[in-house]
Amino acid sequence: MFHIPTLEELNLIGALPAIALATWAVILLVIDLFIPKDRKQTTAWLALGGIVFAFAANLLVFNNNSDAFSGLYRADAFTGMLNIVILGAAALGVLLSMDYLKRAGIERGEFYALLLLSVVGMMFMAGANDLIVVFVALELLSIPLYVLTAFRAPELKSEEAGLKYFILGAFSSAFFVYGAALIYGATGTTQLNGVFDAIGMALSGEGQALALLLLGSGLVLVGLGFKVAVVPFHAWTPDVYEGAPTPLTAFMSVGSKTAGFAALLRIMVVGLPTLMVQMTDVTAAWQTTVWLIAAATLILGNFVALAQTNIKRLLAYSSIAHAGYILMAVAAAGTTGVADMAVQSALIYLLAYMFTNIGAFAVALAIEKDDGTGTDLKDFIGLSRSRPVLALMMAVFMLSLTGIPLTGGFIGKFFVFRATLEAGLVPLAIIGVLTSVVSAFYYIRVVVNMYLTDGAGDPAVGATARVNWATYIAFAGTLLIGVLPVLVTALSDRVVLSALIP
Amino acid sequence: MPITIDTYVIVSMVLFSLGVLGVLIRRNAILVFMAVELMLNATNLALASFASQWGSESGHLFVFFIITVAAAEVAVGLALIVAIFRSKKSINIDELHQMEG
Repeated sequence: MFHIPTLEELNLIGALPAIALATWAVILLVIDLFIPKDRKQTTAWLALGGIVFAFAANLLVFNNNSDAFSGLYRADAFTGMLNIVILGAAALGVLLSMDYLKRAGIERGEFYALLLLSVVGMMFMAGANDLIVVFVALELLSIPLYVLTAFRAPELKSEEAGLKYFILGAFSSAFFVYGAALIYGATGTTQLNGVFDAIGMALSGEGQALALLLLGSGLVLVGLGFKVAVVPFHAWTPDVYEGAPTPLTAFMSVGSKTAGFAALLRIMVVGLPTLMVQMTDVTAAWQTTVWLIAAATLILGNFVALAQTNIKRLLAYSSIAHAGYILMAVAAAGTTGVADMAVQSALIYLLAYMFTNIGAFAVALAIEKDDGTGTDLKDFIGLSRSRPVLALMMAVFMLSLTGIPLTGGFIGKFFVFRATLEAGLVPLAIIGVLTSVVSAFYYIRVVVNMYLTDGAGDPAVGATARVNWATYIAFAGTLLIGVLPVLVTALSDRVVLSALIP
Repeated sequence: MPITIDTYVIVSMVLFSLGVLGVLIRRNAILVFMAVELMLNATNLALASFASQWGSESGHLFVFFIITVAAAEVAVGLALIVAIFRSKKSINIDELHQMEG
């Protein structure tokens, strides 16, 4: 009854980066047993080695453009570029963790193995071309993150953050998986290309299939909306970001957002682009919902961030706001003909956001005290005098998050706004510009504290050599994308998701 | 009333809604967690009935993956709940308010 695929059909090479890293994560868990307690840095370097290997393998298969696992996984430029973002975030996350874990007294080897497993989940999510794979990858990325969030246990804040993240995460995956079941019920397949093929027939039949599809895509949107933290599914974000160990917050703020948007874009653009209520429509039925959520996210994220006094919470609300900007691109992808441009803009945004946001968290980590306190905005006062280089880099990260020209954030916003306008969503673009102006207030406040407010500067005890290196890399990436956007557009121009649309 | 595939799907929708209500109303972390499991099992029922409607095996496969993943979630979830209980002597989720703002 079952056809047993041959090795050629499996095409393991296409999924090589993720497979290699999965294998390495499991091996690392065993190796770690033989590494003495006071030398856990070795585990970290081994984890970093695995990430670098996967990165190289990813560049090797970047132009592969093939199906792996009989069409369950797709190795195309979309996967390749997302893997660059995910692995970049992971590498910087490991660099930031090394000294932080030691300072916080939680230096245990499992941290890195769990982190790698989560990265594998993200990579599979980037390439997943089947609803079952999306679900398994979603859980593989989430479950290690629940554990890692509570890694500062028995500290109550961290445990609470872990439990909150767990309950809301499990709740949201249940939504996602029920949505996937309904899509399967309407089309008879979980494979995204199959869903695309079946959708025309399903919609021309009786109304039941349309109802199932609309409900199913709505539930999928809810489930992934929780993961990427968009309004009204954002409530967990500030608490989890504050309670989790800071290097982990840096990693997951980028990694799980990237993976969530990867699945969202692939499901909506490959599977459901022709889900239209009327045959004469030119935009997908989910577009209106997505743009309303994007608008709500932009407004709430940016305005609530104004009231924050803790840098980790401020960056949490800022990450909600940035999810709104990326969601603008998802909404734009609902217009036939703009889909590829919108997908490319989302990828550029994610790459720029990766460098900028991890950089900002790296500076927050540098001024954090050993017991996890010292992350108030007033702790930034005078940083330009005590640590001028650190302060300068933080200022650039803040300007990049605002979207000032010559930084990566501007390039990301530019492409996203262009795609939104191209799709005819003018009100959404206007909301995006206005909320960017609002966001300047709270980002600039950090800069003002560092440069213009009088006070003794923080010694930044956390700014060890490796943290500095991670910050330099993030700083270089932010500026490089801002000055030479051609570097990223050369990659993103190869991304074509909607090739199946006639 | 004859029992058709639709009947099963409607039952699964009812179970799923009960699960959602349970998560929103219950305050005990264990019961919230059980409500999430109810949502997952409602999904399993829907998948199994759709699979028999379409005569395809991917629905059944999906069910097995959900069962496995749910088991993994239980392991992590109960560990977190036990850790919280040891520090707080309570698993009421309304009392989790170390962080505000």
